[in-house]
Amino acid sequence: MSGPGTTMRNLYDVPGPRGKALNIAVSVLCVFGLTGAGWWVWSALAEKGQLVAEKWEPFLTPEMWLTYLLPGIAGTLQAAAFAIVLAIILGILLGVGRLSEKRIVRHSCGAVVEFFRAIPLLILMIFCFQLFADYELFPSTELAVAAVVTGLALSNGAVIAEIVRAGIKAIPRGQGEAAIALGLGHGQTLRMVLLPQAITAMLPAIVAQLVVALKDTALGYQITYVEAVRQGIQAGSAYSNYIPALVVTALVMIAINLGLSRLATYFENRLRSGRKPVAMPVVEKVLVPET
Amino acid sequence: MDILNQYGDQLLAAFVITLELTVLSALGSLLLGTVLTAMRVSPVWALRTVATGYVNLVRNTPLTLVVLFASFGLAQQLGITLADPKSPTSITDSSFRLAVLSFSLYTATFVSEALRAGVNTVPPGQSEAARSLGLGFMQGLRYIVLPQAFRAVIAPLGSILIALTKNTTVASVIGVAEAALLMKEMIENTSALIIVGLIFGVGFMCLTIPTGAAFGYLSKKFEVKR
Repeated sequence: MSGPGTTMRNLYDVPGPRGKALNIAVSVLCVFGLTGAGWWVWSALAEKGQLVAEKWEPFLTPEMWLTYLLPGIAGTLQAAAFAIVLAIILGILLGVGRLSEKRIVRHSCGAVVEFFRAIPLLILMIFCFQLFADYELFPSTELAVAAVVTGLALSNGAVIAEIVRAGIKAIPRGQGEAAIALGLGHGQTLRMVLLPQAITAMLPAIVAQLVVALKDTALGYQITYVEAVRQGIQAGSAYSNYIPALVVTALVMIAINLGLSRLATYFENRLRSGRKPVAMPVVEKVLVPET
Repeated sequence: MDILNQYGDQLLAAFVITLELTVLSALGSLLLGTVLTAMRVSPVWALRTVATGYVNLVRNTPLTLVVLFASFGLAQQLGITLADPKSPTSITDSSFRLAVLSFSLYTATFVSEALRAGVNTVPPGQSEAARSLGLGFMQGLRYIVLPQAFRAVIAPLGSILIALTKNTTVASVIGVAEAALLMKEMIENTSALIIVGLIFGVGFMCLTIPTGAAFGYLSKKFEVKR
């Protein structure tokens, strides 16, 4: 049994001759079904003239990339990068705040986190956009990017705050107790003992959150932010080749996100296989026993 | 208060649409997600590859792009509109259904990821016992493994449902008359930005916070004791 399913613990025996025949039959059926569906889409697209070379050739020209796609991709990456940095700062502050000794700090941080986790990012972005416009907080050319970054930073910050909190809570209690026994205060314990351990363990979750932020920049589409999806649609309307433009945009986004996911997995594996782990709080909602 | 009097009916209608989008897409994604999971853990190589490929591709695509694909690709280019073209409401119906389709296709990948993690929490002895009783792969999955897997992932499924509720706002990009679209309209027509923002913030909190609490309770209640 090789292939992507090998991490699955044996839900089935090694197939005998009949099982093998059955598996091959189902595989063949599946391939036939897919080919049929593919052929149907292909011919429907061909009928609408979406597969002729003229629709795809623009993607080989520098104008297409320089005018449309690259500025879009740059916008997406830029907003995501700014937002994730702000979100990490905000997340650490809020996450630590939720563990504060002072009840008022704890509760107000909790309320902020719950609020930004409960409301949709799009609503937040539309609100910020209008807020910045009404009060002229940013020059009019920067309104969209400011709204996208603010929205992303707030909502991802709330998520990262939860990751931080879970990360700190997952550290064995002895660490905190030892720090207190050495005479460190609450703030010192957090800053010098707990946070450094939590942050290394959180790295995979934070990189995974970057993928979310990157995908969510596409919401900026609705507040006229120049990002990859908007530019893809613009290109589609300029060259009247919507389907090729959307396909290329999707491929670019998928490639970037898969790369980032790989990075997250890499960090996770390094953490797992690193020297004997002090704390192994792998921040995940579901506990997945690995084989 | 004037705003609530003026827009009360529209607000209610918009949040009902949001709720409809959420419930229908949740059912669709649960169904498709379960099928994808079954494919991903199946002994058949082709099914595994197809399902894994689908999940990896769709999960990494921005939702806005998926919705636009449905609208531009399916409806405008391929002429698949999912509604009777003769009916007077065909455009509204079509964009609503396309939105449900896109949300289901997108959310199913997350359901599948969660459920696969759930399958991993079921001890191998369970499916070995199922096989020794003579159950086949599908039977073992249906009667033994999946019921336990579902019970292990109630909390993550709740998070996915909350994310879906929030994601339905993306439907405004193809003109479905749900909350975010009404919010844009209200911001343009009234000058009370803060109040409008507050109304929608509170509206969504009324949807998402009880969902979280309910799923938290359910996950405790149905937890598999081992």
